[in-house]
Amino acid sequence: MKHGMKDAMTQATCWPILLVAAAFALLPLGLGSNAMLNFLTFAMIMTLAAQGWNVIGGLGGQFSFGHAAFFGTGAYAMALLQVRFAINPWLALPLAAVLGGCAGGVIGYLSFRARLRGSYFALVTLAFAEVFRILANAWGFTGAAAGVLVPLRLDPLQMQFNDRRIFYWLALLLVAIVLGATRFIMRSRFGAQLIAVRENEDAARALGVNTLVVKLNALVISAAITAAAGALYTQKFLYLDPSLAYGSWISVDALLAPIIGGLGTVFGPLVGTIVLLGLGEITKTIFAQVTGGALPGVDLVAFGVLLILCVAFAPRGVIGLAAGTTIKARRATP
Amino acid sequence: MNPPLLSVQSITMRFGGLTAVDAVSLDAETGKITGVIGPNGAGKTTLFAVISGFEKPTSGAIRFAGRDITSMQVHERAVAGIARTFQIVQPFAGLSVRDNIAVGAYLRHRRRDSALAKAESVAHAVGLAPLLDQPAGALTMAGRKRLELARALATEPKLLLLDEVLAGLNPSEIRDMLPVVQSIRAGGVTVLMIEHVMQAVMSLCDAVVVLAQGRIIASGTPAAVARDPGVIEAYLGHGASQRTQAQASEAPHA
Repeated sequence: MKHGMKDAMTQATCWPILLVAAAFALLPLGLGSNAMLNFLTFAMIMTLAAQGWNVIGGLGGQFSFGHAAFFGTGAYAMALLQVRFAINPWLALPLAAVLGGCAGGVIGYLSFRARLRGSYFALVTLAFAEVFRILANAWGFTGAAAGVLVPLRLDPLQMQFNDRRIFYWLALLLVAIVLGATRFIMRSRFGAQLIAVRENEDAARALGVNTLVVKLNALVISAAITAAAGALYTQKFLYLDPSLAYGSWISVDALLAPIIGGLGTVFGPLVGTIVLLGLGEITKTIFAQVTGGALPGVDLVAFGVLLILCVAFAPRGVIGLAAGTTIKARRATP
Repeated sequence: MNPPLLSVQSITMRFGGLTAVDAVSLDAETGKITGVIGPNGAGKTTLFAVISGFEKPTSGAIRFAGRDITSMQVHERAVAGIARTFQIVQPFAGLSVRDNIAVGAYLRHRRRDSALAKAESVAHAVGLAPLLDQPAGALTMAGRKRLELARALATEPKLLLLDEVLAGLNPSEIRDMLPVVQSIRAGGVTVLMIEHVMQAVMSLCDAVVVLAQGRIIASGTPAAVARDPGVIEAYLGHGASQRTQAQASEAPHA
């Protein structure tokens, strides 16, 4: 009886993911403007990157400041596999995710073996991302500072579409899959152990959790997801250079979005990315109208203010804020 | 007689120039409650850290269920069947009581529903059932001590190391907790417990080991240990044993 109720409840919690995915899928149909579609597509790519970060940062509590390392690896893999090895992009995309996961495995093994936590882990990941950027900048194979150009071949077989909405739906599909995967992880043994590591590593060890393996697996999954975002970025813009692929802006976006949306929640990265990018666009527009000129980085100022507000007033992010108000509302109504 | 489940063999633990544990050997007999007592700073918690694998001993060996486990990692010892509680409680504060206990239960239950069912049954055993959906951070000290116990029990251990599960509890909470510890032994789990509450040691333990300044100064039944002059001196200071004896012998004349 009691169990039946619980099952019904857990099945019901699958619906929000499908509903949100459906709503986002319908958006471009009612939308004429190209700018809006570009915004949404970019938002999906950054959501995917943030979802990757959320696995290790939100669920595992290991704050990486260098997810650009994985984003860039995925992006370069997608470009170079096509340009240098003539591999079809539909195959290159999963390969890019795998290569990103490998990068995560190497960085994770080195830093978690050395028991790096907190700021030390953050600094090491930041350093790795910078090293990758410098390597990509110096190496002829990656096109060095000039970058790589993926030839334009408008053909669905080449993952390049005449109708830009199809690419948006492709990105949305990946985001929806990761929404489901995040929920699945959170309800699994691995997820419980990962969250235990976040909450208290010593207590987790005493309960038989192999913290090294759990953190390593989480970083590999996290890196693979963020690398897939990088691969989509390549395919969307068909051009890459080291500061685009490995730029610190990606690391910052990937970690800000889950923090603002709701750390370690299924929808946090999506909500946070929409809020962040939306706020960025609005700030840039207002600034341009008021001063008549553009100021690069003015959106970052807005991000900073938002982050401070979030940490001060909504430590559980927008999701936590919304959940808090609904609980209060429910309590208020008898 | 059965061989002891846990055998600590001449363990020494040094931190720089400080010898926290000095050639300590002790056994925990299968199915019994063994108490470890001693004044503050005697090395009890360090000894527990060595047994559970959080510290690597400077020298000595630990055998568990016939195996040498001295070089095993913490989580491997948990898999082998050693669970511990922490003196300073370490709840997963952001999780519910149910999810806290489930982390322990996942050690032997891979599936979510069976792990959650195990968590629920352990919660009933330690009296946490009404609080299953509370966040662990909202529990009282007594609740947190029970949670420590529940999480450790959920790993289905052979040996349970209890580090002052009664410290910080008031007398009525202690009275409530004693039957819980007794039921753990009745369930076939061997217990090694550090305890300061003497009333609990006297009523629960089958054997007691007394540590002072890193060394074992006495061991035996609780009653025998409580009469040991060396133990009285360690607790009450040099000469205390003679004074108490003198008082005891004067008393009938008065």
